[in-house]
Amino acid sequence: MNVAYHIVTCAGIVPDPLQTLEPSMGPDGPGLRNELMLPAVLDPWAAHALYEAAHLAKQHPGSKVWLVSLSPRAKLQQVMMSVAQKAAFELVPIDGPASGFTDSVAVGEALAEAIRSIPGLERERLLIFGGWESASRGAGSTLQVVGELLGIQDQFFGVDILEVSPDGGFRIWERVEGGCHQISRCEGPPVVIGWATGTLPEPPNQPQIGMANMRQIMPALQRAQAVSLGRRGLVYHEVDVPRQQRQTRIVRNATPLEIAREIVEWIRG
Amino acid sequence: MERVLLVLHTEPDGALGKAALESISVARALALEVAAGEWAIGIVGARAIEAGHSVGNCGATRWLAVSGREFGQSRYATDVLAVEAIWRAVNPTLVLAPGTSRWRRAIPGAAFRMGAAIDTHASEVKVLDGQVVLRRWYYRQRIEAIQSRTHRPWCILTEPGTVEPFVASGASVTVESLEVSAPPEVLRTTVEGIQAPPADEQTIRPDAELLFVAGAGWTKKQADGKVHVEEAAQLILEFLRLTKCSLGSSKSLVDMASEGQAVLPFLTHLHQVGQTGSTPRHPKGLATCCHGEEPHVVGWRFIRERRAINLDPNCGWAQGKADVLYVADAFEVMRELNRLLKEKEEATG
Ligand SMILES: Cc1cc2nc3c(=O)[nH]c(=O)nc-3n(C[C@H](O)[C@H](O)[C@H](O)COP(=O)(O)OP(=O)(O)OC[C@H]3O[C@@H](n4cnc5c(N)ncnc54)[C@H](O)[C@@H]3O)c2cc1C
Repeated sequence: MNVAYHIVTCAGIVPDPLQTLEPSMGPDGPGLRNELMLPAVLDPWAAHALYEAAHLAKQHPGSKVWLVSLSPRAKLQQVMMSVAQKAAFELVPIDGPASGFTDSVAVGEALAEAIRSIPGLERERLLIFGGWESASRGAGSTLQVVGELLGIQDQFFGVDILEVSPDGGFRIWERVEGGCHQISRCEGPPVVIGWATGTLPEPPNQPQIGMANMRQIMPALQRAQAVSLGRRGLVYHEVDVPRQQRQTRIVRNATPLEIAREIVEWIRG
Repeated sequence: MERVLLVLHTEPDGALGKAALESISVARALALEVAAGEWAIGIVGARAIEAGHSVGNCGATRWLAVSGREFGQSRYATDVLAVEAIWRAVNPTLVLAPGTSRWRRAIPGAAFRMGAAIDTHASEVKVLDGQVVLRRWYYRQRIEAIQSRTHRPWCILTEPGTVEPFVASGASVTVESLEVSAPPEVLRTTVEGIQAPPADEQTIRPDAELLFVAGAGWTKKQADGKVHVEEAAQLILEFLRLTKCSLGSSKSLVDMASEGQAVLPFLTHLHQVGQTGSTPRHPKGLATCCHGEEPHVVGWRFIRERRAINLDPNCGWAQGKADVLYVADAFEVMRELNRLLKEKEEATG
C-alpha cells in the first residue's frame, strides 16, 4: 500500500557547534554575544529529521516535504545555501528569534500556526517531523505543542527508526533509558516524530536539487512573516558560561605499565 | 503559597524507578519551603495504587492514582490523559515530574493542555529569596542559567541523577483512584516492547562508576602503518567486562559505520557522547584515542573526574578539558591495564 505522505519538518538553526558562545543580557532577556555574526547550521537532530523525511518521501512516490523554520530571515538564508542542496523541500520560513532563551510553548504555537497556513496539507497523510530536542534550548517540549494544536495524539520522541508496514501502519523505535529502544506500532498518520540520530548519513550536496529548491526558497524568505514570541512569565536571574578549564596534568614519558597502574588505582579509588 | 503536585509513573515491573524516587526528594524539600509541607503525589501505571503504598513514608499529604492496563504502557495519548486527570483533581500551581523518557514525551503535552509554562532538564530546583528557581543548561551544556516563572501553573521536569533518591519504605496510605477511560482514538498506538541490545552488547550502563570513551583513533593506522580493529575491539570489550563500566564513543567513530569503514561492531549512535549525542552522568570518565574536541567534550559536562590517553600531547584534553592526560599509545596502555585488572580478578577469585 503506497501512501503519499505530507511530511512537515520543523527545524531551527543554531550556532555552529565549534563556536565558543558567550551569553549577554539585553533588555528582552539573555542572548548570545554577536549572535547574528556567528556562523549557523541547521539544528543537528532536526537535520536528521529532514534527511529521514527526504528518504521516506523518495520511497513513497507523490510525497512532499516542507521545512518550517522559525529563525532570523537573513541567517536562515545563509543556512539554506547549504541545506537546500541536501534534500528536496519547500521552505516555510517564520521570521523570528532562533535563540535558545525563548519559551518552547510560544515557539510551538508559532510553528503550528505556520503549518496550518500551508495549503493542501492532508491530515491522513500528515507526518510532523523535527528533532526531539534542539541544540539551543534543548527543551524537548516544542513538538508536543505543535501536535496538540494540530490535534495529533500519536507522538514519539528520540526516534531512531520509522518503519512503514505493508498495511500502512508504522513501527517506531524510540530511545529509552539504558541504551534500549521502545518499539510501538501506530495505525498510521497523522503522527508527530521527534527524531534522534536516525540511521541515515548526511546526504552529499546535490547542486541540481539546491538550484530547484532556491527558486522557491528566495521568494518564500522575502514573504516571511515576522513574529514576536510570548514568554510565559520566564525570568532569567543568571546566565553564565561555567568555568570549564581544568588544570590538566600532562603525563609524558611514563611506561604503559606505570600508566596502567595509576589508572587502576584511580578507578578503584 | 504554592500548591505542589508530583506526578510519577511506574516502570514495566510495576515499581517506581530511581528517577521517581529522586523527584520525591525534590518535591519534599520544595513543599516544605513553599507549601508548608503539603503536597500531592499522583501515580500513573497498570497498578498505580500498589506503587503508591510502596512509597507510603514519603510525606505527601494527598495521593492519587490512575490505574489500568492502558496506563501501564508508555504511550503519549494515554499518558497525557492520565496526567491531565490528576492535574485537574489537584489544581496545582507547581507540578514536578522526573525527566524519564516517558515523561519527557508526555508531560509537555499535558502541561500545554493545562495552560502551564514548562521547563525541562532542571538540574537543580530550589527557593531563592522566597521564589522557586531552577538551574538548567542551554546550547548543549555550554551555557548555564538560573531562571524562574511568574506564570502559573508551572511545570518542571527534573533531570535524573542530580539528587539522592528518597529512601522509600512501604506504608498503607489512602489513595484516591481516578477513573479515566481511554477512547479508541488514544489507543491507535500499541507498545510492542523494549528492544535491548544483545546481552554481550549491553554496554550502556547509566549506573556505572566509570565511562569509557572510545574515539576514532582505535580504527586508524597505527605506528606500523596498519589498522588493528580486531585487537581494538578485543581490548575494549575485555576492559568493559573487567570493570563493568559504561561505553561511550565519539561521533567520528560511530559515523564510520555508515561510511563503510573499519568499525567496532558493538558501537551505535546510542553510544555517541557530545553535542549531538548523550550527556551521561558518571563520577569518572576515561577517554581513549579520542581527540577531545569541543563538540565531543560538551557531553562530558556531568563527568566529574576526567582522564584521557592520547598520542598527541596537544589534543583537546590537554587544553584544560581533562584532569590528567597520558601521552601514550592506548593499545599499549590498555593491554597492561587489562592484564593488571585480570590479575586482580583472579586474586580475588
Ligand atoms: C554539528 C556537529 C556536531 C557534532 N557532534 C558531536 C558529538 O555529539 N560527539 C562527538 O564526539 N563529536 C561531535 N562532533 C564532531 C567533533 O567535532 C569531532 O570531529 C569528533 O569528536 C572527533 O572524534 P575523535 O576524537 O574520535 O576522532 P579524531 O579527531 O580523528 O581523533 C582521533 C584521536 O585518536 C588519537 N589516536 C590515534 N591512535 C592512537 C593511539 N594508538 N593511542 C592514543 N591515541 C591515539 C589521535 O591522536 C587523535 O587525537 C560534531 C561536529 C559537528 C560539526
